[in-house]
Amino acid sequence: MIPEIGHLALILALVMAGLLVFFGLLGAWLEKVTWLAVVPFAVAGQWIFVATGFGCLTYAFVVHDFSVAYVADNSNLQLPLLYRIAGVWGAHEGSLLLWILILATWTLAVSRLSGGLPDRFRARVLGVLGLIGFSFLSFLLSTSSPFLRRVPVPDGADLNPLLQDPALAIHPPMLYAGYVGTSVAFAFAVAAMLEGRLDASWARWTRPWTTIAWVFLTCGIALGSWWAYYVLGWGGWWFWDAVENASFMPWLASTALIHSLAVTEKRGLFKSWTLLLAVSAFSLSLLGTFLVRSGVVVSVHAFASDPSRGIFILALLGFFILGSLLLYAWRAPTLGSEGGFALVSRESFLLMNNALLLASAGVVLLGTLMPMFMDAFSLGKISVGPPFYNVAFLVPTLPLILLVGVGMHASWKQAHLQRVGMRLAVFFAVAAVLSVAALAVAYGSFSVMTLLGCALGLFIVVSSLSVPWKKIRHRETLSRSVLGMCIAHMGLGIFALGVTVAQSYKIEKDISLAPGESYLLAGYRFSFESLHDVTGANWDGVEAKMVISAADRRVAVLYPQKRVYRVQRNPMTQAGISVGPTRDLFVALGEQLGEERWSMRLQYKPFIRFIWIGALAMAIGGLISVTDRRYRRPAAKNPGLPGGLGVAHDN
Amino acid sequence: MTTETSQSGSGRFSAFVPVLLFAVLLIVFAITLIKIGSNRLDIREIKSPLIGKPVPAFDLPSLNQPGARVSNAGLSGRAYVVNVWGTWCPECRAEHETLLRIAKDGQVSLIGIDWSDDAQLAQRWLQQLGNPYEQVASDVEGQAAVDFGVYGAPETFLVSADGVVLHKHLGALSWEDWQKEFVPLMVAAAKPVAGSSL
Repeated sequence: MIPEIGHLALILALVMAGLLVFFGLLGAWLEKVTWLAVVPFAVAGQWIFVATGFGCLTYAFVVHDFSVAYVADNSNLQLPLLYRIAGVWGAHEGSLLLWILILATWTLAVSRLSGGLPDRFRARVLGVLGLIGFSFLSFLLSTSSPFLRRVPVPDGADLNPLLQDPALAIHPPMLYAGYVGTSVAFAFAVAAMLEGRLDASWARWTRPWTTIAWVFLTCGIALGSWWAYYVLGWGGWWFWDAVENASFMPWLASTALIHSLAVTEKRGLFKSWTLLLAVSAFSLSLLGTFLVRSGVVVSVHAFASDPSRGIFILALLGFFILGSLLLYAWRAPTLGSEGGFALVSRESFLLMNNALLLASAGVVLLGTLMPMFMDAFSLGKISVGPPFYNVAFLVPTLPLILLVGVGMHASWKQAHLQRVGMRLAVFFAVAAVLSVAALAVAYGSFSVMTLLGCALGLFIVVSSLSVPWKKIRHRETLSRSVLGMCIAHMGLGIFALGVTVAQSYKIEKDISLAPGESYLLAGYRFSFESLHDVTGANWDGVEAKMVISAADRRVAVLYPQKRVYRVQRNPMTQAGISVGPTRDLFVALGEQLGEERWSMRLQYKPFIRFIWIGALAMAIGGLISVTDRRYRRPAAKNPGLPGGLGVAHDN
Repeated sequence: MTTETSQSGSGRFSAFVPVLLFAVLLIVFAITLIKIGSNRLDIREIKSPLIGKPVPAFDLPSLNQPGARVSNAGLSGRAYVVNVWGTWCPECRAEHETLLRIAKDGQVSLIGIDWSDDAQLAQRWLQQLGNPYEQVASDVEGQAAVDFGVYGAPETFLVSADGVVLHKHLGALSWEDWQKEFVPLMVAAAKPVAGSSL
């Protein structure tokens, strides 16, 4: 009964989304004020019904309703409660429902929190979001219903063991919140293009939504990377997998969008550019959805697929992206800009930032789609791997990092960099000297690229800190948006430091050990003490006890595991990791080689934590900047104010 | 900036560039989906240029019999299956059961190429798990693996009696894969021979 209620709720949600599109878009177009009054109810209705559907599916998982095919395929009597709940989004159908629930939540949030927007404009924004909801609900109901019944089985096939991990339980909701969040900026852009009007207040409305979506996306990607590091078992933190790339491209585009929006808000420039980026960020999100769910790429993440789904998503992709790009081609040339800027100014730094971010997104897009392109035109088979990305991605990224450090100090319109230039040069010199000294002392030697990476990373950190430092010393007010920017940029510097040092000085060794034996790696003695059996709720496994010591002092005791999940029978490694601020020590169990002998991978990963700390700092910076005073000020009090004049002093 | 300020013909045109680029992408996606849908493209398969070609020549020391060699010349005249494996590869462990079952089935002989591996570890592996191979070659330098275009172990090749590569399977081989991919090809290849022997 409950699954049928869930199914019915989703059909009603589809009806609500249809009403939202009809009354929102048509009402705004025909200027029927009474129609617009329906909009908030349709939004609330859509959310309630989607949430009901989601609740019913969760219930089916919790009570082990194996008559529901989706539950039978992705759960098991022995599966712990946490993973039964996370199992709801463990495969295609349920994760699509999560996607829709998050979209409905964003739509509800826009409806509730945008009281200051003009009625027609808000109706258009919500109507566009409703159109996305309508499309995905029809996709779900027609090809991927999670509520289909099947002859009940006594026990389910269990959740994919890779997903049975706390970090992974929250990774998809986090990532989807970011992915789907780009739809809000998209809806604002489409609504502005439909109205043919775009001013500074538009940018001010759009900015916080975009930033929050970006924060979610940042956290989601970082969580995924952290999970890959300790669950996939081989200690890598980024694999340039097609699906990782699919989440990274919208991130790069949203990052560009956030910066471009800043220019549009403060200076009324880059309008068509901002629109294009808003459309691109969402398009790349949809592209990611297509890549993951249509079965056109090989990836550990890809869902089992069938071609009818692929065709349906391709149609959605075509409709939304072609539609919005055509609208863009029609409207963008008519949007004028207010005033210009000098060659040396914050505007031009941000324009370069945008160009470089898009170039790096282009590199990732090219690498991801090239194999498919070759296949489609029968040009032969290629596979694009890390060697391509590791080189090609650095080309736009290194100058980008340098520009971040300099651009923050440039003022709007016309900057006099000779004033700050001296100081920046000193910062950079200090960063370089510090890097040389630190690397030489800590690791003995370094390459040019390592030095460059460290110096640039340190440079941004110092440069970011100097902004609030200067403001505090001169007793100027430090707005939250400036503080947030500095923290986020500092995060980028920390991230760059982590990547550089971890990649340059990591030591990996595959060895075979029996209990009682030990191995010396990077000055740490890894002693294999004993091995014993362990069991979890739905898995059996073995656990090694590894004692790590340095200079006869015990540093850590690690318990790496090798698990076999009872139903799906695939082995999983659970690495043992000793976390430290300056290094991680990592042990993963490989294969049993003899009676007691095991192959193991030992790793020494210096400063790898900086990668995730940096990402976290970026996200925190984003959050702080969203709480800036001017976003809380009701926009209705200054209707139609061009150029955000009231905030020009903010920077 | 040019698109910002100009409303000239070029500005109008450049506004259409994203549409055109995306249209190309859509076409690529559509072709890919149609190819996958009609089974003309398997994205998991990296097609081996070897298929339909003579098996690459190999002549390697035997893993188990000191002094003996394993070569394609020594195998000519009968169909066989080449399986590239190594003790360092978890997928090889996963497919070992299938190999044992194929060996027990006895339709065709399995030739193992132990790829860049430690001979002692490999011998112990076969002692412990059972040896499905008629002969095992030790390819320490990986020369034969390069000639076979091995992308990553395990890989399994079907070679006909006249020494032509008929099929290649990437990754762990399951009994279903074996029944679906290899058996029909072996039956088809065996027919004319069976006819002539009557």
